[in-house]
Amino acid sequence: MFSINHILEPKTLKEAILYYDENPKLKVIAGGTDVLIHLHHGKLEDVELLSLRKINHLDEVKLQEDGTIVIGAMTTFSTLFRDKIINQYISILAEASVSMGGPQIRNIATIGGNICNGAVSADSAPSLFTLNAILRLESKKGVRMIPIQDFYEGPGKVKLLQGEILTHILITEDNYHEMKGKYIKFSNRKAMDIAMLSVAVTGQVEDEVFKDLRIALGVSAPVPVRCSKAEDYAVGKECSEETIKKIGELALSNARPRNSWRGSKPYRQHLINVLTQRAIKEIVFKGGGKDDEKN
Amino acid sequence: MKEKVIGNRASRLDAVSKVTGKAKYTDDFFEREMLVGKVLRSPHAHALIKHIDVSKAKSLEGVEAVITHEDLPKIKFATAGHPWSLDPNHRDVADRLILTDKARYVGDSIAAVVATDHLTAEKAIKLIEVEYEVLPHVLDAEEAIKPDAPTIHDEKKDNIISSFGQAFGDIEQDFQQADYIMEGVYETSIVQHCHLENHTAYAYKDTDGRIVIVTSTQIPHIVRRVVSQALGLSWGKVRVIKPYIGGGFGNKQDVVIEPLTAAMTLSVNGKPVRYQLSREECFIGTRTRHAIKFYMKTALSKDNRLKAIHIKAFSNNGAYASHGHSIIMSASSKFRPLYHFNSVKVEPKTVYTNLPTAGAMRAYGVPQICFALESHLDDICKKLKLNPIEFRKRNLISLGHVDPLSKIKVRSFGIPECIQKGKELIKWDEKKKSYENQTGEKRRGLGMACFSYFSGTHPVGLELAGARIVMNQDGSIQLQVGATEIGQGSDTAFAQMAAEVLGISMDMVRVISTQDTDIAPFDTGAYASRQTYVSGAAVKKAALEVKDKVLKIASRKTGLKVEDLDIVDKQIVEKDLGTPLCSLEEIAMLSYYDRIHAEPIKSDTSENIRTNAVAYGVTFAEVLVDMVTGKIEVLEIYNVHDSGTIINPSLAEGQVHGGVSMALGYALSEKLMFDEKTGRPLNHNLLDYKLQTILDTPKIGVGFVETYEPTGSFGQKSIGENPAISPAPAIRNAVLDATGVQFNKLPMNPQAVFEKFKDEGLL
Ligand SMILES: Cc1cc2nc3c(=O)[nH]c(=O)nc-3n(C[C@H](O)[C@H](O)[C@H](O)COP(=O)(O)OP(=O)(O)OC[C@H]3O[C@@H](n4cnc5c(N)ncnc54)[C@H](O)[C@@H]3O)c2cc1C
Repeated sequence: MFSINHILEPKTLKEAILYYDENPKLKVIAGGTDVLIHLHHGKLEDVELLSLRKINHLDEVKLQEDGTIVIGAMTTFSTLFRDKIINQYISILAEASVSMGGPQIRNIATIGGNICNGAVSADSAPSLFTLNAILRLESKKGVRMIPIQDFYEGPGKVKLLQGEILTHILITEDNYHEMKGKYIKFSNRKAMDIAMLSVAVTGQVEDEVFKDLRIALGVSAPVPVRCSKAEDYAVGKECSEETIKKIGELALSNARPRNSWRGSKPYRQHLINVLTQRAIKEIVFKGGGKDDEKN
Repeated sequence: MKEKVIGNRASRLDAVSKVTGKAKYTDDFFEREMLVGKVLRSPHAHALIKHIDVSKAKSLEGVEAVITHEDLPKIKFATAGHPWSLDPNHRDVADRLILTDKARYVGDSIAAVVATDHLTAEKAIKLIEVEYEVLPHVLDAEEAIKPDAPTIHDEKKDNIISSFGQAFGDIEQDFQQADYIMEGVYETSIVQHCHLENHTAYAYKDTDGRIVIVTSTQIPHIVRRVVSQALGLSWGKVRVIKPYIGGGFGNKQDVVIEPLTAAMTLSVNGKPVRYQLSREECFIGTRTRHAIKFYMKTALSKDNRLKAIHIKAFSNNGAYASHGHSIIMSASSKFRPLYHFNSVKVEPKTVYTNLPTAGAMRAYGVPQICFALESHLDDICKKLKLNPIEFRKRNLISLGHVDPLSKIKVRSFGIPECIQKGKELIKWDEKKKSYENQTGEKRRGLGMACFSYFSGTHPVGLELAGARIVMNQDGSIQLQVGATEIGQGSDTAFAQMAAEVLGISMDMVRVISTQDTDIAPFDTGAYASRQTYVSGAAVKKAALEVKDKVLKIASRKTGLKVEDLDIVDKQIVEKDLGTPLCSLEEIAMLSYYDRIHAEPIKSDTSENIRTNAVAYGVTFAEVLVDMVTGKIEVLEIYNVHDSGTIINPSLAEGQVHGGVSMALGYALSEKLMFDEKTGRPLNHNLLDYKLQTILDTPKIGVGFVETYEPTGSFGQKSIGENPAISPAPAIRNAVLDATGVQFNKLPMNPQAVFEKFKDEGLL
């Protein structure tokens, strides 16, 4: 039994925004796979919910004429990992999506909820960080567009202003064109698990040289992070075994992993290094690099 | 042609009702205006309760009662699901109150609320004010027996529940004469059963003033006894009903929530109250599997024969005794009829700590000792450069072996064939060769481990079973047993036995699956893998009695002697010729309606089994170890069992699949963790407690070597718990083979592997 006082189920975004403006105490609920867990654990009580599930067209993936991929905040992970556009242009997000929970969770959990919940282990985050995703936020005051890197504030904390709803996630063409990506989720189990550590790499290799390389880590700091030092080092370098080794080591400099019973700090540091290398080798291989570097 | 039913892949009797959702479990039954019970649990690992103020909780609207230890009888009782012993020295430790007067672990039950609904009950729980005096706590078994450790129960000042051990032979002499002496320390972790259905029950007073409890239990008759004892009632005043249950694995071979559920209904004048545990509560408030640390020391002769073994064991029992010392006693008896030793000495200590209570869990101490022993044997082989399979084969006991202490005789012995079969299934020799001298990031390895296990608890416990049969007018029967179906398939196996004896088809046997202590025959329940062996004997006896009655009527009808008659395919036949004489239905009709001799055919029998049968098995495993991340993947795993006659191969395979799957988690990922400083549980939910998913589970290969056990009613031995025993050491030995690293502690999760690889300089 959950401690829910009532639930509003607007049919349009406009209506939702009005409700939210009138009553800032409302708790937004999308798929509810985080919200209900908070209720179950007593972290939320006597809530008044604002559900986004009845709003049309917030659960679609579209390719705009300018090449921007637009993902509705209510798109579920099941939709995402099967979606043609996602698989064709940003398969890294499909990989991340299918690594989420299990079939039942993927059928209901939304990408918007994943982002707004602000977990450091959120499986969509590292990939979206490497794709320089832009978030479209809307409130009665208007629309804000902010890069996902600026959205995360701390564990479980995101920069949603009062009355704001995340409506879409945008990825512009220059951020995926000719790029390859790889997401590695490291967890104890192959399903129904949260990442102990995760690494996303998106990049472009041309003539065995890193033309572009973006690395993002999950569960490696209070918020998901990009590894700017390692990225800066990589660009323009030949993708040799030594370069990749060095990139792995440099990835650590942007990370501040915690020591916890879920995983020790030394272990997480080790994983950041070796998994970054593995992910890079994957894209070097996918990008037509040296075959023998695949393992 | 007499068709055999034993050995058939008969479908489960409950298959359709379960998959269609029609089977009714405890939570599917409702009474009018059912109230809800909830418990306030201790936030401290060890604390005196100075004062409890329930006034605010009581005055909350919707709250019907709030109870604490002060409202209940001051009777200490024992909870273990063992048959009652008339000998006071052979009883379980009575160290519990229904609600405690001292907090002994984080989660201990301090007070209970009965309210109209969950949310009100939860609110009321928060309004109870408890004044604690926090005491120092101890979590580790070896720490708890140090002289300055805090005392957890005043009745056992040194925290030792028992240190009763077992020994035979001249161990000192064997060690003096040994050519090699090998030592090793092995340790297992606290894990939990994680049955799908959490503990749940409801209770009410019936119009006669008796307490009726509907509960998810493996042991209804024992629940009746323990609830009566806890409340100081005459045993006949309590009625327990057990419907379908969603798994138990030993965690419901214990009387966990029923005494409190009964107390809850009494506190509201007998109105119905439901008390359900959440998953989080189930992890800490029920039972766990004992973490045991073993110090093994083994004497060997130059010709690589085992001579003596000396085992010191520290068994972490948590806050209350529950099954207590029986676990380590079971472990130290059941490993013995496998390898030959001149002398054995087991010195165990079962110790109280400020942790959740450990109790029975699938294979009752044996997964722990098997991990220690079988790991130890591979460590010996590594040191002496021996082939682990040949070494084991060389040291096996043989048919006819009699254990010097228990006097249990080995009357069927299929382990040599099991080993051979397993070796072939996994292609041991071929793979061994190709995995020599690996150097890559990912390495493969092979390992194996053997086990022996009993069928029931004889000679330690009473092994009484009851069965009852009523024949209907059409020759079909109702079979009623006291033994409980808990998902293992026992009802189906019993039906096959009855059908086999009576020459009828499976659809003519209806097993009454619900046990109601008012009407079910007496049987102590589902545990110790006893059912097919022990209760199966009662079913056979009941069926034979019915058969005899049928044939007597047939004899009267045909003029032939009973000895010359048989029932085959629902027909009465002349035995030697096989010619049908009349239908079984005709006989059944006579039993009901014959104007002179009518007497419906029925039987009501008990069997007191005073033998035991040793079952055997082996696991072969192949692993892939990621030397960089520390991840271990099981690529192939085979369990080959000697469980005597296999009554139903599909059901037996089901037991193996489930058991191996449990053991995979035990080996690789499961561990209930606690904060050292506070004793608080860290991962008591299914996200953080790494129970394996189907995607983590390799294809589980199953093999049987069918021996015939002369003491089994159909040649059968145990199979239920057995598959969970040997996979963990087999996987551990495969990792040793792949990496050269000895993992002496379970589980081998990535974090633990990383740390060990670091220690060994591999990373
Ligand atoms: C069994 C299980 C397994 C899981 N496994 C994983 C996993 O593997 N990986 C992983 O990353 N997560 C996992 N999760 C967590 C969860 O499923 C995800 O975070 C999911 O994406 C949340 O989406 P939702 O739609 O259910 O969000 P909700 O629970 O509805 O909402 C989450 C939060 O976001 C806010 N919110 C939601 N949508 C919006 C919006 N459009 N605008 C503003 N605020 C919004 C809500 O107010 C709330 O604070 C798991 C959860 C469960 C129960």
